[in-house]
Order: sequence, then C-alpha cells, then structure tokens
Amino acid sequence: MDLTLKIWKQKDSKSKGRFETYKVKNISPNCSFLEMLDILNEQLIYKGDEPVVFDHDCREGICGMCSLYINGRPHGPDKAITVCQMHMRNFHDGQTVIIEPWRSRAFPVIRDLMVDRSAFDKIIQAGGYTSINTGGAQDANAILIPKVDADMAMDAAACIGCGSCVAACKNSSAMLFVSAKVSQLALLPQGKAEAFERVQKMVETMDKLGFGNCTNTFACEAECPKEIKSWNIAKMNREFIAAKMCSEKRKEANFAG
Amino acid sequence: MSKLDSKVPKGPLADKWSHYKSHANLVNPSNKRKLDIIIVGTGLAGASAAASLGEMGFQVKVFCYQDSPRRAHSIAAQGGINASKNYQNDGDSVYRLFYDTIKGGDYRAREANVHRLAEVSGPIIDQCVAQGVPFARDYGGLLDNRSFGGAQVSRTFYARGQTGQQLLLGAYGALSRQIEKGNVKLYERHDMMDLVMIDGKARGIIARNLVTGELERFFGHAVALATGGYGNVFFLSTNAMGSNGSAVWQVYKKGAFFGNPCFTQIHPTCIPVHGDYQSKLTLMSESLRNDGRIWVPKNKEDAEKLRHGKLKAKEIKEEDRDYYLERRYPAFGNLVPRDVASRAAKERCDAGYGVGETGLAVFLDFSESIARLGRNVIEERYGNLFQMYEKIVDDNPYEMPMMIYPAVHYTMGGLWVDYELQSTIPGLFVMGEANFSDHGANRLGASALMQGLADGYFVLPYTIQNYLSNEIRTPRLKTDLPEFEKTEKEVKDRIDKLMNIKGKNSVDYFHKQLGKIMWDYVGMARNETGLKKGIELIIALREEFWKDVLVPGTTAGVNTELEKALRVADFLELGELMAMDALNRNESCGGHFREEFQTDEGEALRNDDTYKYVACWEFKGNSQHELHKEALDYEFIEVKQRNYK
Repeated sequence: MDLTLKIWKQKDSKSKGRFETYKVKNISPNCSFLEMLDILNEQLIYKGDEPVVFDHDCREGICGMCSLYINGRPHGPDKAITVCQMHMRNFHDGQTVIIEPWRSRAFPVIRDLMVDRSAFDKIIQAGGYTSINTGGAQDANAILIPKVDADMAMDAAACIGCGSCVAACKNSSAMLFVSAKVSQLALLPQGKAEAFERVQKMVETMDKLGFGNCTNTFACEAECPKEIKSWNIAKMNREFIAAKMCSEKRKEANFAG
Repeated sequence: MSKLDSKVPKGPLADKWSHYKSHANLVNPSNKRKLDIIIVGTGLAGASAAASLGEMGFQVKVFCYQDSPRRAHSIAAQGGINASKNYQNDGDSVYRLFYDTIKGGDYRAREANVHRLAEVSGPIIDQCVAQGVPFARDYGGLLDNRSFGGAQVSRTFYARGQTGQQLLLGAYGALSRQIEKGNVKLYERHDMMDLVMIDGKARGIIARNLVTGELERFFGHAVALATGGYGNVFFLSTNAMGSNGSAVWQVYKKGAFFGNPCFTQIHPTCIPVHGDYQSKLTLMSESLRNDGRIWVPKNKEDAEKLRHGKLKAKEIKEEDRDYYLERRYPAFGNLVPRDVASRAAKERCDAGYGVGETGLAVFLDFSESIARLGRNVIEERYGNLFQMYEKIVDDNPYEMPMMIYPAVHYTMGGLWVDYELQSTIPGLFVMGEANFSDHGANRLGASALMQGLADGYFVLPYTIQNYLSNEIRTPRLKTDLPEFEKTEKEVKDRIDKLMNIKGKNSVDYFHKQLGKIMWDYVGMARNETGLKKGIELIIALREEFWKDVLVPGTTAGVNTELEKALRVADFLELGELMAMDALNRNESCGGHFREEFQTDEGEALRNDDTYKYVACWEFKGNSQHELHKEALDYEFIEVKQRNYK
C-alpha cells in the first residue's frame, strides 16, 4: 500500500516544531508500523536527509519505549497493543497517517517524536517499591497470598510505563500509571506496611511534576496497551484518603484499613 | 599480561561459596561511602547490583542507553525463573539444579560457578516476593511452578508470560529507592563508549550522552558491566533493537579476555521470518512447550500443500502427523533443551517437511491441551503470548496451531570472568549475559533470569568488596587526568572517522549483510569451509563499511544513525571472532553444532579429550586474536554424553 505520512519534526526541546509530509510506497500489510518508519528512514538517509527520530527498543510490546500518537490516538488504531506490535494491515492504501509525539507538558519533546518521560521515574523513586534491602527475606511461601489478590496485583503490575495514559488524557493526568503501582503494592501483604506513606509521596510527586488531575473520562483505560483498569484509580483514591486521615496515628489507620 | 586464574575456592563443592563469603575481605561502612562503583546496564544484573551496592552504602553510578532503567531487555523475558525450592515435592534440590544446568550446558561450564548459582536460586525468589513481585499462585495462596526444557521437575516460577518484566520492575523499584536516597546516580540515555584504565586497572568510562551528543567522563574505583548479550550481530534476533556488544567489545580490545564467543543460543520457538523489511524476531516462550506439541506432516506431499495454502493444519489426520520431538526423545518429549529442539526443527525443514510460506516453520499445536484442560486454562497460562502471536501473524492460535522456527536469542559466550566475576582487567567485573560463566554451551530455559539476579543481588556485592578492600586508600580520581583525556580523544576520533566517511550505504545495509553472513555460515549448523568463507566475507564487508558507510547528521544532539553505526562497527569485528572460535572448536557441543562432528543419529558429538576447555581469546590487534585455554576439570560430576531419549 502507498501512504502519506504527516510527521512532527522538532530539532530539540527549545526549537519550534512543525509537520513534514512524506510518502512511502509498496508497504506490505504484514510490515509492522515501526518497520514502515524504518523504510521511510532508509529512504530519507539515501536522499541525504536526516531520519525521523522516534523511541523504540524491544519491538515486542513490553519495554514501553515506543510512544507515537497516530491519527489522534496513542499507539494508533488497534486496541490493547503498543505501536511496535501494530501491523500495517490496520491501514489502507492511500491513507494519510498523522504521527505526533506524546502531548503533555510533563513529557517535553527531545527531538521529533522522542519525548522525555523521566517524570515517571521520579514518581517511582518517590515510593513505588517496598523498602527492603537485599538478603534476609523470609521464605517466599511463608505468607500465603490469596490467588485473587495475586492476580489483581499482576493485572496492575502489567503496566509498561509507556505514558499513553497521560498522552490520551485531556488533562495530562498520570493517575492510571501511578495508581497501577500503588494498587499492586497495596494488594500484596509485602506492600501493606508502608502503603499509606507510599501513596502520599507518589501523589505529591505526581502533582509537583506538572501532571493534571483526573476527571473520570477514562480515555487512559481505553487507550492503555496493557488494559490497565481504571479501578486502580478508585483504589488509589481510597488509599490516599485513608492515608490522609489516618497516617498520623498508625492505630487509627488500622481501623480504617 | 593477564594470567588465567579462575580463583575457584578449595574444598567440597557445596562449601565453596559459604567458605568464600566467610573469608572474603569486607569494606567498613565509613569506607564504603568513599568508594565509587560504575555499573553499565540496568537489566536484571545491573539494576539488582546497583540497588544492592547502594543499600550497602557504596556510591554507585549506573548507566543505560534507554530513557529509563525499567526498559532494559530483561523485561522481555517471558516464561520464568528457575529455583530449586522443591515446592512441588518432585525431588528437586540444589544439586539437581546444578546438575541439570551443567548437563544442559553440555559440560562446558565451570562447576563451582554453577553450583553457586543453584545455591542462591532460592533466596532470589524470597527476595523478589518480598519486593512485591506478583508471581503466579495457586488457590491455596502458595507459589505455582511450571516445567521448562532440560528438567524433569517443575522448578520454574512465573508471572504470567511476563516474568522478566515483573522481576525487572522489582529490581528497578529497589534501584529507584537508592536513587531517591542519593546512593545511586542514574545516567539514562548514555552509551558507554570506552573503558578508562589507569595503571592497569579499570578506573572509569567514557560515555556518550545520547541527547546532547557530548562525550562525558566518569570515574569509578571499580567498573561492572551488565550490558547483556551480542545476539544482534545476526541483525535478526529476539534481542531489542538497541541491544549491542559494544561495551563488551571495547573492553576486550583493552585486554579483557573473551570466553567462548561462538556459543550462541538459537531459540526453537520464535515467529518465523516473513519479509526483508523485518527488523527483529519475536520469541514465543519456551513455557508453551509445557502444553503445546510440536509437529510437522509425515508426508512431504502434505507439507507441500500446506506451504501453498491448499491444505490446513487441522485437516491433517492425527496419524499423518510427525511429533518428531516426542518420537526422537521420549524421555523429555517436547521439553528437550533448546539446542536440541532447534536442530530437530531445522532437520525436519531441511528434509522438506517444513510448513508456512517459506517452508521454514513447524507447528506448535495446543488443540490437545485445549481439549484436555479447557480454553480458559490455556488462556490463563499463556493469554498474553497468544494475543501477541495473533497481533503479529493475524492468525488465532486457539483455532489453528502456531507456526514457529528457531531464531537467535542468547549468547552463552561473553567476557571471561573468574569466580569473583572479575575479568582479566583488574577492577573490571562482568555480570549476567555479558559474561561467559554459567551456561556452558547451551543455556536452559528460565536460567538467564536466575543468573542475572544471582550475579546482581548475591554474588557481585560480595566479590567486588574483596577487590575494593584494597582500594580504600585510592582517592576519587579527577577526570582531567591524561588517561581520561586520551581515551576520550580516541573515542572522538573514532566517531569523527565514521561521520567523515560520507559513503553511499546506510548502516542498516551493512548490518543486514553481516546478519546474513552470520546466519548462513556461523549459525545453527557450521562447518570448516563455511566458517572460513564467513570470515573472508566479514573482513571484506568490514573494509567496505569503513569506506562506504553513510552516517547522516552531526555529532551534536540526538543522532540515532550514529549510535547504530558505532554498534555495527563493533559487530563487524566481533562476528569475525565468533567465526574464528567456531572454527577452532572441532567438536559439536550444545548450541555449537559442527556438521563434521555428529553421531550417526545426528546428535552433537563432543570431543572431551581435546576441547573440554573454555576458549579464552585475547585481543592482539586488528584481526589478531590469541587463544588461551581454561581447562574444565570436573571434580564432582561424571562427564557423560547428553541423553534426552
């Protein structure tokens, strides 16, 4: 198939960006979207131009590095999938495809389609872990964890940190990302000890880094390539309120928990 | 200059590690604060080591080329992690895991290292559970296990088909905690370019900031590499696009020995190649072989019809199917080790029984398991893998069998290290896939995660102290020393040279050609004539590269083509060493199959009299490599012909 591509080009974070139009021809429907961009880039290099810069790495939908906004949707038209797994059979001959970077103030553009998502790392650094050191952990089977809890924790833990939730949200809210981690650890006995401190620190950091608020439109859930559910946001809110009310006194917290 | 001393502690096998730990030198807390450690790579090994060393109080600098440490390619590991917990009461033990690993590696790994690996496998699971890794559990709330190739017990712990992701996120959490505390400094989007040596010791690195394009200097009292494998030398592999061998290759050229470079793992269950635009191959987890049965048609006519779409897999009757692994290896069936399964698939396809458009594919069929267990059980076990397959191939594996073919996946070879994970360069340590140490000539499934975390959580944090205890008097050195300046200049010259070629062909043009040479001559089946031819072709291609490569743009700012060019330049040298090593090893063992050396039944034929050693290569200048040998003395187990029948 032949396609017209309108791609965001931006030299660096300080420069002004613009759309450039490119044509690609004879693209196989079995080609992945990023392979189509590889073909475009080879074309540009042989013409003496610079290639379009985009983030990508594992190309099997798990590293979370690829981050393209295609025809108005993060990760493109197919559901429950990252760009790197999306194949060109989702497009038709003659189509115009608009490719943009993630749009969010918290994710500044580095170049073209590449953005800086270090804000996500900072949120995790604020508390997205259990505070235990290496060595000395008790036997892995010492604490029984009901299967349903382990499964729900796994559902939340499947987040790949790509940022499509933020890109999809009209408020640039990071609630789905943050809540997935909060909820995973709050569901497991290992994470409960510091659940209240964790949720407060992570939410505070999220707010500081310029992400917007959640207004319950759930575009994040609809566009999440790993189908992280919005119930995590509800759980985080509950954890947050409980923590705010109770964290001063641990005893009271236990009543609320 | 360097002497090969494996530093394996004396004493009974089971006591070596505890004895070592009790006697190794430590560094006291006030001195730890004064010591800097550089760790390159943030996969399982790098992230876990950086976190553990940070917790101990060392000052750690950690580097990754991705935008976040959470994206290292360990994240893509699907099936699971081995540990000899014996939770299933099926007779597992430390010794059995050790034995299976040595045997699976076709008796080409160092006994003491492998035993230590098996010893720390249990504590790894404990550690990960404490971090909140959501491993699969059964209804009683206990941890669940599955089986992997090369084992007759169920010792593989898993988190759906995303075990690597969950383990890495656990380590990333621990690392993030240390970054927050200020013990670890993170340098993301940085590529290590070279090692800085002062007075014969590793003392720092030169890294390229991939956003600004600038070269930066970093000092460390010790340097530890956890940069992964070099499978991308084949262009098409299951590795991430950015996975590379450059850090490993640069330190090799500085004097670190390279162990068994030719030992490459070809994974049997990957989605077959489908077009010349293809950029990578996707793995389908080995865990699928728990419930999937591998087959090809018994009759060539059926295979022919399948290839032309005139017949569907489901239409072939049970008696007309050849479940060749179950036929050839009844004891292990579909769960033979990877090298055996890969070669058997190639054998069937070469004999004309392959399916798919190209004839280079075999079926992996779940119909029997779905009938026996129900679709929902299969969905729960492998749902995300089935989804991934369907998205890529546009075919529903619940209805039709998957089509799979072997692909390059892992490199058992890597930098030579001693028992302490120290290379032949003092102060340079190597962990995980980047070293050669634990898997011999073939790695068993679910053992890479185990090794990465063993090295990072439980081995290096001890062994590096034994080295650092002698460095407490070394101050933090300034990075304006002449050694830093000189190394940075060398890197800059290399980059300028590449940029100034301004040739006619893109980096990918060369990388694809190199990959084809490697696959054709240094791939799944090798022979003397082919390897010699391969070496000639690689040398010719390398010369062409340095005359004709076209790297657009400038050195300032983001330049992804320059990043690729630097990596491919190194692959063009590394590929040659792999072929040389394969040519030197006149035997077949594990993943290294020399056609001249096979049994009448087509199985790998080892030559223990001559080749029971680790081939350790030393760089001696352009295309010159000198072979040293570390003899493998098996004190505790009997060396046998592998038998999975």
